[in-house]
Amino acid sequence: MSLAHNPMASEPSSHRIKTSSLFRGDLVRQAIVDSLVKLSPRTLVKNPVMFVVEIVAALTTILLVRDLAAGAHVGFTVQIVFWLWFTVIFANFAEALAEGRGKAQADALRRTRSEAVAKLLQKNGSYEIVPAAELKVGDVVLVEVNDLIPSDGEVIDGVASVDESAITGESAPVIRESGGDRSAVTGGTRVLSDQIKVRITAAQGSTFLDRMIHLVEGAERQKTPNEIALNILLVGLTIIFLFATVTIPSFVSYAGGAVSVTVLVALFVTLIPTTIGALLSAIGIAGMDRLVKFNVLAMSGRAVEAAGDVDTLLLDKTGTITLGNRVASEFVTMPGVSDHELADAAQLSSLSDETPEGRSIVVLAKEKYGLRGRELANLHAKFIPFSAQTRMSGIDIDDHQIRKGAADSILKFVTSNVPNAIVPREFQQIVDKIARAGGTPLAVSKDGAILGVIHLKDIVKGGIRERFAALRRMGIRTIMITGDNPLTAAAIAAESGVDDFLAQATPEDKLRLIREEQAKGKLVAMCGDGTNDAPALAQADVGVAMQTGTQAAREAGNMIDLDSDPTKLIEIVAIGKQLLMTRGTLTTFSIANDVAKYFAIIPAMFAVFYPQLGVLNIMHLATPQSAILSAIIFNALIIIALIPLALRGVQYTPRSAASFLIRNLVIYGAGGVIVPFVGIKLIDVIITTIGLV
Amino acid sequence: MTANGLIQIALFSAIVLLVTRPLGGYMTRVFNGDYVFLTPILRPIEMLFYKLAGVDEKDDQHWLRYGGAMLMFSVAGFALLYAILRLQGYLPFNPQGFGAVEPMLAFNTAISFVTNTNWQNYGGETTLSYFTQMAGLTVHNFVSAATGIALAMAFIRGFSRASAKGLGNFWVDLTRCSLYVLLPVSIVVGLFFIWQGMPQTLGAYVNATTIEGAHQTIAVGPVASQEVIKMFGTNGGGFFNANSTHPFENPNAITNLVQMVLIFAIGAALTNVFGRMVKNEWQGWALFGTMSVLFLVGALIAYHFEAAGNPNITALGVDQAASALQAGGNMEGKDVRFGIANSALFATVTTDASCGAVNAWHDSFTPLAGLVPLVNMELGEIIFGGVGSGLYGMLLFAIVAVFIAGLMVGRTPEYVGKKIEGYDVKMTALAIIILPFSILGFTALASSLPFGVSSIANAGPHGFSEILYGFSSTTANNGSAFGGLTGNTPFYNITLGLAMAIGRFGMIVPMLAVAGSLGRKKLVASSVGTFPTDSGLFVAILTAVILIVGGLTFFPALSLGPIVEHFSMIHGTLY
Amino acid sequence: MLKDIRPAIVLLALFTLLLGLAYPLGMTRVAGALFPHQAEGSLIEKNGIVIGSEIIGQTFTGEKYFHGRPSATTGTDDKGNSIALPNNAANSMGSNLGPTNKALIERIKNEVEKLKAENPNAAIPVDMVTTSASGFDPDITPAAALFQMPRVAKARNLDPAKVEALINQFTKPRTLGIIGEPAVNVLKLNMALDSEAVK
Repeated sequence: MSLAHNPMASEPSSHRIKTSSLFRGDLVRQAIVDSLVKLSPRTLVKNPVMFVVEIVAALTTILLVRDLAAGAHVGFTVQIVFWLWFTVIFANFAEALAEGRGKAQADALRRTRSEAVAKLLQKNGSYEIVPAAELKVGDVVLVEVNDLIPSDGEVIDGVASVDESAITGESAPVIRESGGDRSAVTGGTRVLSDQIKVRITAAQGSTFLDRMIHLVEGAERQKTPNEIALNILLVGLTIIFLFATVTIPSFVSYAGGAVSVTVLVALFVTLIPTTIGALLSAIGIAGMDRLVKFNVLAMSGRAVEAAGDVDTLLLDKTGTITLGNRVASEFVTMPGVSDHELADAAQLSSLSDETPEGRSIVVLAKEKYGLRGRELANLHAKFIPFSAQTRMSGIDIDDHQIRKGAADSILKFVTSNVPNAIVPREFQQIVDKIARAGGTPLAVSKDGAILGVIHLKDIVKGGIRERFAALRRMGIRTIMITGDNPLTAAAIAAESGVDDFLAQATPEDKLRLIREEQAKGKLVAMCGDGTNDAPALAQADVGVAMQTGTQAAREAGNMIDLDSDPTKLIEIVAIGKQLLMTRGTLTTFSIANDVAKYFAIIPAMFAVFYPQLGVLNIMHLATPQSAILSAIIFNALIIIALIPLALRGVQYTPRSAASFLIRNLVIYGAGGVIVPFVGIKLIDVIITTIGLV
Repeated sequence: MTANGLIQIALFSAIVLLVTRPLGGYMTRVFNGDYVFLTPILRPIEMLFYKLAGVDEKDDQHWLRYGGAMLMFSVAGFALLYAILRLQGYLPFNPQGFGAVEPMLAFNTAISFVTNTNWQNYGGETTLSYFTQMAGLTVHNFVSAATGIALAMAFIRGFSRASAKGLGNFWVDLTRCSLYVLLPVSIVVGLFFIWQGMPQTLGAYVNATTIEGAHQTIAVGPVASQEVIKMFGTNGGGFFNANSTHPFENPNAITNLVQMVLIFAIGAALTNVFGRMVKNEWQGWALFGTMSVLFLVGALIAYHFEAAGNPNITALGVDQAASALQAGGNMEGKDVRFGIANSALFATVTTDASCGAVNAWHDSFTPLAGLVPLVNMELGEIIFGGVGSGLYGMLLFAIVAVFIAGLMVGRTPEYVGKKIEGYDVKMTALAIIILPFSILGFTALASSLPFGVSSIANAGPHGFSEILYGFSSTTANNGSAFGGLTGNTPFYNITLGLAMAIGRFGMIVPMLAVAGSLGRKKLVASSVGTFPTDSGLFVAILTAVILIVGGLTFFPALSLGPIVEHFSMIHGTLY
Repeated sequence: MLKDIRPAIVLLALFTLLLGLAYPLGMTRVAGALFPHQAEGSLIEKNGIVIGSEIIGQTFTGEKYFHGRPSATTGTDDKGNSIALPNNAANSMGSNLGPTNKALIERIKNEVEKLKAENPNAAIPVDMVTTSASGFDPDITPAAALFQMPRVAKARNLDPAKVEALINQFTKPRTLGIIGEPAVNVLKLNMALDSEAVK
């Protein structure tokens, strides 16, 4: 939902939680409470810039109390102190609001976890009911119809349909069975039919559900590497401005003047990068939140940042670039064979073939040649199912053997069964031609004669070409991974606009490709689901494992896509970039703000003893006090004003770095210089009008 | 400002531009150990040096060892120079019979030359023997410059190398720089300088009887051999007290022009070396462009305010207008042959680079013209900068700029193929913090202590500027001064000496740490998605970051110095 | 680390020998052969006595001489006290007075008064009242020369036009018409005047 404004997220995801606005009433109320709780220095110390503000706020408060006791006139100091505290509270509020959005989701997940019990299998085959929390890795549990699967594990026996909507939001049940690529089950999901035995693979506290709760809650959020680095820079700037302010009293004493601690504190707090300091952690939480809302779980913050840096995307052809299923588009006959004859044989051979390809052949025969579907039962036919050995399927009917399958298999079948079989010269040409065009040739034979070839076509998804073009503008190269032969792959690559392809790819090829790209200094993202994808997923900088995939794949990847939609890789990159951009723009804005603040406070501070410096008051702020107060109020309010931007992220459309830069520089760099001049002046007019100073 | 003045500034800029690429190419070859036309002559000397010193040319040093070698060399240099200063009475080439230099002054001068600052608390012709000038100061003019350039090469290698443990060999870089780059230019240009009127003699000071019959002692000495490297190595410590204002150190406008070009030459060329080493010369030109923008803005500001003159002098009936017959403007502390344009330009150039030579007294500049050198130094001498130090200082700012703005393209920050991460940012911040820490800290100390304030020569805001200038100059290793400040007192000899050491080594150590960290990283490929750091846009960003992060810190101090003085001057307020 | 001690010491010694002795002494030798006049300080001798350097300003006070610029150099008197000693070429320095310094304005005021008395009609060129950088600027601006021209012509009983012609002759223009500023070498001009007077 939060990506609704994101043009890249044009395809609807199956699972979107609808929330009305950023500032939902209950969330705001909770955030207000939390922002006061977060004033605890122990919490705040994690945010060094705001911690420093809190220290000086406390210091100024003490001075205020001292002045009050002395009976001094403190109207101005009171207001400064007030706004200093508000600066800290606003920062806490931003963070609390960002966290609040994940908490509701976490609570729901936690309920799932708490009610789980397990049927722990004993050596004698009976089971004992124990709380799920007591399970250890290696335990084997029985899960029957309507049971919750108590923890993450691997199916070692049986097959069952499982409702995984608690995790994925997808209501259609999925099949889980022992062996193969569908053996992983997730704690908290429910078995809908049959029963399975599951070997527990995750200890309590580190299950997928646990990790997910942690993630959406942001409770023990680890700062991401770039966030840590940025924090260091902010600390550095804070120290620089500390030197700039603490030395002022000495300079002023040389000039024979004096400057109060309150004013110095005001200058210091407005100069240090409070804006980005206040919003930094909210930006990070919101970025993770965007991923979660998008049904992708990042196992580390590093992965989200790496997503923004990706140079090369490895995309599986099927399901990502092309629609999952190939469609029969044409029947090509051999010389002397009529169209009808071929269509008839093709239809017959596919009647029992329930694969989408098979169905599409029946459909084509009906649409193009008017052949109606025939009732199987009336035919007295024997169906030959597809097998990996023969690589063909077909039907034996009325002494006729009709077969369809890969060109070479059919060829072999025909020549071995009928010694004097006629293989037209044209056959190989047609097969090659279809392959070159990106199609899959499917030969059809009847009793030792090859009738023709069915052209199965890969259907490239609509709009995919434009998306690759957009990625290219952002400097991201796309590589299509396919098991097809190079001819077919080249044709689809050309049609879809992908930059490169890897044909007849084995898992080893994939791994090697990733390493090659990385050796060239590129960051690689890929997605995968099978066990044999695990090494490549682990090697890739961003490895998105499908939730439907194997446990091995899920552990190797650093992100998990709950929707198991490989197309999402593109959106994940977008989310990573948007997170980094938001951070950068607000940092730039924050630092650019300093120019105006100097021009507000410096003349106010020095004009008392050097009236000549009054000319630096280019905003014509009413009085020194109103100038300082306006600056500090602006400094606090800008945090609140920027919370929506921090939580939503800056507007993002795919384009080149240079064009991003110009746009963001104009808005946040130049804007960052200009906005505070206007803002401080406005506040000055207001507080002067209402008589605050 | 006159058209001729602007043309002279443009001419100078054009020459620097023309020198950059050829010198950059030559230096790249030298530091890569490739064949250059001087190899047949110098290679045997180089090999002999390594043999005697026990240096293995192929020994690739980790950044810690590289820095350790540099520190050890600096300490040895400091000790030897201190000894020479203290013992000069017993050493040869001392026709004026100068005795030992005072311990405090010797300490300050030794640090000054080892750190490439060349702050002059000494008066050359009244304190130092020819032996000290040659074997002491001239040597350090070479090797402190070579040290800076070596460090810049180490930093560049941090960017150009991938997954590398070492940054090169300090001894090799030092030796190659001295032999192949500094010495040949010094010999050729030195002879040119002598031809133009610079003395080069070991004879005693000349006693002249003037036309009117008065007695005039004229100090001479082996000036030219030191003068050329003083400029080329951005050292700036004069043979004479008056530095390049002295007709013997700067006889005419041509030598003045050549001196300014020498100041910028290596700093400019190193941007090109950087570009060549990272295999994209435009990366170097982007740095060159940023430096040029900051330089030109500074030069024009300084020129404008110097040409405008001092209204308080105009009020007395003095003609400060430029005409065919005079340069006009604020001529206090300037010589006629340089006039206004070349004095303002020289002041900008010498403080953009950490040279510190002066051809006019900055202390007597109008306030905002004097602000230009101050700001140049407070930015950390990165506008072409000290030889080597200018480049690595600028690169540190580039890292900050990339870090702040680079995120705006939606990638984690990277610069010329290196990811900028937490450790790099920490060390960069540490290096940059050094400047305000030392400049503002020492200025605060001095301006609030009686023996700090007692050294100033001008009352009011200008006195404050003198103190601020002193610590800006020493921390940034510039060496020029608002000369009215009496620096030769125990307080200032020590604090200024400390500022020089902090400014030099406090920056070098974290800088090398960054270099080491970058060198270990792999190179990231660039694409249209990469933050472009070789474009005009980056020049704009880098300039803005330098001014906001580097410059604004000093705004309060500058307000209380030159800025308030400017408005005082306009209003006729005198102190 | 320890293995870098030897290179530190040995290289420092080698550099001191090469760059601190061989280089400057070699340059001195070559300079003496190629440019002996300049190498010694561009000295001018008259009747075997050195009267100064072409490029070092000296003090002129007489009415019949063009005067150089004010100088802030100091020297020491017999008792070792620091005293004003203009054009002291053994102790170069400037005034270092800032633009808002009362002493600067006061000093210029005094100079202006003296010059007004000398040539009340002309504007006072700024270089006549401001101290030079080196303390012995060899030059004055053509404006300053022209300002003094009537006084010198009168003191020498010369046709002002002739003095002006001499000034023009000794005005060194900008190099290549661009570089530097037009300047009049005071010592050379005065020597020319003297030889002119002899004629």
